[in-house]
Amino acid sequence: VENSPGGPAVNQLNLHPPVTQIAADIHGLHWMMLIICTVIFVLVFGVMFYSIFKHRRSKGAQSANFHESVTVEIIWTVIPFLIVIGMAIPATKTVVAMKDTSNADLTIKATGYQWKWGYDYLKGEGEGIGFLSALATPRNQIDAQSAEDVKARQENTNYLIEVDNPLVVPVGKKIRIVTTANDVIHAWMVPAFGVKQDAIPGFVRDTWFKAEKVGEYRGQCAELCGKDHAFMPIVVKVVSAEDYTKWVDAKKKELAAQADDPSKTYTVDELKARGEKVYNANCAACHQATGKGVAGAFPALDGDAVVLGEKAKQIDVLLNGQGNGKMPAWKQLNDVELAAVATYTRQAWGNAGKGKDPVVQPADFTAARK
Amino acid sequence: MSANTSTAPYYFVPGPSKYPLLAGGALFLFGLGMSTWVNGYAPGPLAVLAGVVSFLAVLYFWFGEAIAESEGGLYGQRVDYSFRWSMGWFIFSEVMFFAAFFGALFYARAIAMPWLADIDHKSVLWPDFLPQWPHAGPGNGVEAFEKMGPFPIPTINTLLLLTSGVTLTISHHALIANDRAKTIFWLAATIVLGAVFMGFQVYEYMHAYQELNLKLSSGIYGSTFFLLTGFHGFHVTMGAIMLTVVLVRLMKGHFTAKQHFAFEGAAWYWHFVDVVWLGLYVVVYWM
Amino acid sequence: MTTTAMGHDDHGHDHAHDHPHGLKRWLTATNHKDIGTLYLWFSFVMLLVGGTLALLIRAELFQPGLQIVRPEVFNQLTTMHGLIMVFGAIMPAFVGFANWMIPLQIGASDMAFARMNNFSFWLLPPAASLLVISFFVPGGATAAGWTLYAPLSVQMGMGMDLGIFAMHIMGASSIMGSINIIVTILNMRAPGMTLMKMPMFCWTWLITAYLLIAVMPVLAGAITMVLTDRHFGTSFFNAAGGGDPVMYQHIFWFFGHPEVYIMILPAFGIVSHVVPAFARKQLFGYSSMVYATASIAILSFIVWAHHMFTTGMPVTGQLFFMYATMLIAVPTAVKIFNWLATMWRGSMTFETPMLFAVGFIFVFTMGGFTGLICAMAPIDIQIQDTYYVVAHFHYVLVAGSLFALYCGAYFWLPKWTGFMYNETRGKIHFWGSLISFNITFFPMHFLGLAGMPRRYADYPMQFADFNMLASIGAFGFGLMQVYFLFCVVLPAIKGGEKAPAKPWDGAEGLEWEVPSPAPFHTWETPPTVK
Ligand code: HEA
Ligand code: HEA
Ligand code: CUA
Ligand SMILES: [Cu+2]
Repeated sequence: VENSPGGPAVNQLNLHPPVTQIAADIHGLHWMMLIICTVIFVLVFGVMFYSIFKHRRSKGAQSANFHESVTVEIIWTVIPFLIVIGMAIPATKTVVAMKDTSNADLTIKATGYQWKWGYDYLKGEGEGIGFLSALATPRNQIDAQSAEDVKARQENTNYLIEVDNPLVVPVGKKIRIVTTANDVIHAWMVPAFGVKQDAIPGFVRDTWFKAEKVGEYRGQCAELCGKDHAFMPIVVKVVSAEDYTKWVDAKKKELAAQADDPSKTYTVDELKARGEKVYNANCAACHQATGKGVAGAFPALDGDAVVLGEKAKQIDVLLNGQGNGKMPAWKQLNDVELAAVATYTRQAWGNAGKGKDPVVQPADFTAARK
Repeated sequence: MSANTSTAPYYFVPGPSKYPLLAGGALFLFGLGMSTWVNGYAPGPLAVLAGVVSFLAVLYFWFGEAIAESEGGLYGQRVDYSFRWSMGWFIFSEVMFFAAFFGALFYARAIAMPWLADIDHKSVLWPDFLPQWPHAGPGNGVEAFEKMGPFPIPTINTLLLLTSGVTLTISHHALIANDRAKTIFWLAATIVLGAVFMGFQVYEYMHAYQELNLKLSSGIYGSTFFLLTGFHGFHVTMGAIMLTVVLVRLMKGHFTAKQHFAFEGAAWYWHFVDVVWLGLYVVVYWM
Repeated sequence: MTTTAMGHDDHGHDHAHDHPHGLKRWLTATNHKDIGTLYLWFSFVMLLVGGTLALLIRAELFQPGLQIVRPEVFNQLTTMHGLIMVFGAIMPAFVGFANWMIPLQIGASDMAFARMNNFSFWLLPPAASLLVISFFVPGGATAAGWTLYAPLSVQMGMGMDLGIFAMHIMGASSIMGSINIIVTILNMRAPGMTLMKMPMFCWTWLITAYLLIAVMPVLAGAITMVLTDRHFGTSFFNAAGGGDPVMYQHIFWFFGHPEVYIMILPAFGIVSHVVPAFARKQLFGYSSMVYATASIAILSFIVWAHHMFTTGMPVTGQLFFMYATMLIAVPTAVKIFNWLATMWRGSMTFETPMLFAVGFIFVFTMGGFTGLICAMAPIDIQIQDTYYVVAHFHYVLVAGSLFALYCGAYFWLPKWTGFMYNETRGKIHFWGSLISFNITFFPMHFLGLAGMPRRYADYPMQFADFNMLASIGAFGFGLMQVYFLFCVVLPAIKGGEKAPAKPWDGAEGLEWEVPSPAPFHTWETPPTVK
């Protein structure tokens, strides 16, 4: 393998080459700490090993019998204290700078889902854009059952650090990232920017960066979030101002073309086909593509009473979640997607033809949201 | 019979005992039973029952043995000191247990609530959350409920517990003055006050569930309310049991005017429970 | 029991019937030495169990891709490895040392509450069984990390509940054990042994015991809230109901940080005995050692949020916790320097205990320095939840706590078994462990700096080489511990060179005044200390 541009280098020994001022400051702080600590280490253990070699019995050393000295003890309490203060001062400056998220040019919300990221451009150029960003590495490279797969993995420079839809931001602009999560805590990290911020369900936090170089930068989810914690990377594409404007235009057009019409009544087949996609993208991770769930952890939907019962209950569960967030709320999906996935679960596996209300229309969700 | 400490060994060390092992086994059953029970497996409650019953049984015999040793005059002055230190530090650990829950209440009110209502949370997540205590969170998932005020039950309960502290002290003084009948009377009064307290507490919970619609699931308010008052009630019950054991022992003629650590230990515990209640009364009901 | 056996002029015979043999001796033990032995064996078995889980982790991480376990199982391995090592191996091992050594060192006939002492021990096997059972229930063991962060822990299956009850039981065990230790130390010291004459190991344990009774109940509270959130509809950690997931972290780390010092302070105590013994020179700065230990303990209550720098605290919070954490370097510095000064102009020899002590000082300091680097909030933003942290805490826990435990084990093994261990093998164990330890954990610093997150079942290709190296080291390290069991401990129990009462000419303390192996009953009439 080669180094991943914007991601880790092969056998990298230190922090990533910084792309923001903050990351550069951190880099500097780390070097400072390394040097101070190494010097202390060498001094302290220099003394210890000197003593170990000189004051051993086999060299005829006789033990002295001093065992107290207030002066010496005061000295070696005060000096470390001063050293520590010396370390804290520059760190304080960086902390203050890191926390200043005011006056951003662009505000983007990053939402952690099990196990992907959602991005919504809240303020600034591109406002209104929103999309999901999931791992792009094929599963067979991860599971690698055949020699071919193994080879593909070995040749994949960006193995596990590539996504389908990267976050795109302009260079040289202050980007404020607002993090939150849908289910459990995740953390949004991009080492090259010196950014890592937990995404906490039900709360928002923020962080910021101002990338100084065009390029693609890679990070990974940095808070244990369940089974696919290792499989929800972050890729940020930093582009020039012009390219950014172009991207915004293109993305807006693309989104408009895809827009769903929640007032329309869809056919069962339309809903089923769309629902299967929604299901596999959002629900299969827990309830499994087979609808069988995982015993003891995630309930089966195949034959589930709620799925086979009146639609109102299922609509409520989908919109508001259940069991204190064990089943997260899915309000962020639009009504068409929700109706499609509800219909799909009612028609898939052994459920077909069994329960009440086999079809759910977007209008049902629109009504339930009110 | 009275404890005669002049013949006690320098420091009494009990011989081998099977009780600890049995008690450990009982707690194993209890843990296993609880875990299966809360997950809806049928044998769970049975295992819990078996665990609790066997645990209590072991404690019964264990304490019986310890009491016999005490009355047999084996516990000298030093053992008595040991008991005092240990009870004191045990109560300290209980204080820390309650601190976790008081801390949760403090955090929810002073930190999480304003946070959930700040400008970022308003614009991104919770547009209509009003930071007013009591609340059940911004999620609208909770049915409306009413707050539990300090009148009348909690105030009555406060008076009950305060009085019980006084009666207990009277009882203690009587024991020191070697007036057994008086000791027993006032100790019994203390236990009765505790029992009445618990009765009111149960009534209050029913009132909460039935009239105020205030439940364990009523958001953070319900969570903190029930866990704080619930654990307190549990501790009152434990304290009352300790006092009852002491009462029975008093009636059997145990203890002397000079040596009666079991009485004092239970009394300390009772006062601790009292103080926790005062904290609850102010923080949970008034604030 | 009858009073007749208790003639107060004949303290020696107040245990007429209490020397049962066979299994019963262990099941019903009230003797502090027997209970200490039980603790030590229990913790060693747990070390092997936790270590086996670690080896599974390392085997999966040997190369990129998923080879051995599914990711959900991987998370179970990580979680249970952490829980078992912390609560099953390291903590009980120190309690075992306390049981064995504290009464001997202070001239007490036993622990203050012998039956409760046995109860503290007999809570551990049930708790450990609950943890092990949890692997086999539907959904498997809890996979939320040893920190059990909500709301991930709310999402788990039944394994989580078993874990919660196991931790409740272990917490009860720790609280009773600590109360026992506190009371023993405060109340049962031999006449003349003032607190400031007490051996350092007793001091460090006294302070540790206070930490334990202060924080174990807080952990119990935290996991109780998780339990009610899981099953009884409360919303402590659910924002929609007005709770806060971050609140869990505050409560947990209020316990968790003192917890890590619980695992190191008794280690400091052990090293403070071994260094003077082999330098043949009194411990330098005894009283400042005591004050330093107390300062570390007190400071440990106000630094917890250094584990939470990335949760998004206000600036003032970040700065406060950063400063407070860095301050801990000062009392720790005092300890390191005092050990150095003890060695200085001593007359040193390097038997295995001393090797482990010096190894401890050397490698623990490296872990301390990386801790300090973690404490710098801006740097921590880069390395939090990466392998850098994993490297840091294995340096302080394995090369710190575990090495100190070995150090103490070699030091007191002759007292326990009555036989000398084989010195050459001890040295092989030391050097093998030291080298393979560093091969395992040193590369993790690089991985962390390069951004490899922890608790990852799989990782980008660029991290492959260092991971492979770490895995190789881990198997070597595991092998050395098996070597310790079969080639050092078991032979030293079965026989060998007879140990004199005081096998180390420089050692000091009451424990060396009783014969080796220490007889079943010691100090029934307390010695008088001048
Ligand atoms: C035995 C256990 C132990 C010990 C002793 C320590 C000691 C220290 N730890 Fe560590 N720590 C852990 C166990 C321990 N830690 C664990 C288990 C975790 C991870 C938990 C998890 O997330 O799962 C952790 C995580 C952890 C973090 C969070 C990292 C993160 O998650 O991002 C931080 C941050 O501040 C930290 C800091 C420190 C500091 C400053 C010390 C200090 O006490 C170190 C002091 C020592 C020295 C400084 C060296 C000796 C001193 C000198 C030679 C004198 C001269 C020196 C100077 C003047 C600088 N630790
Ligand atoms: C407390 C002490 C402690 C100790 C001693 C250890 C010991 C070891 N740990 Fe530790 N570890 C933790 C505490 C500890 N750990 C904690 C708290 C975590 C965090 C968990 C979390 O993230 O939640 C962690 C996490 C952790 C990780 C990160 C996992 C992840 O993030 O996904 C790794 C990875 O390499 C690791 C490796 C090791 C190794 C190789 C050892 C080696 O030292 C082990 C040595 C091996 C043996 C001692 C076994 C020998 C046995 C055999 C060879 C089998 C023979 C069998 C029989 C005879 C029956 N540990
Ligand atoms: Cu998302 Cu880890
Ligand atoms: Cu810490």
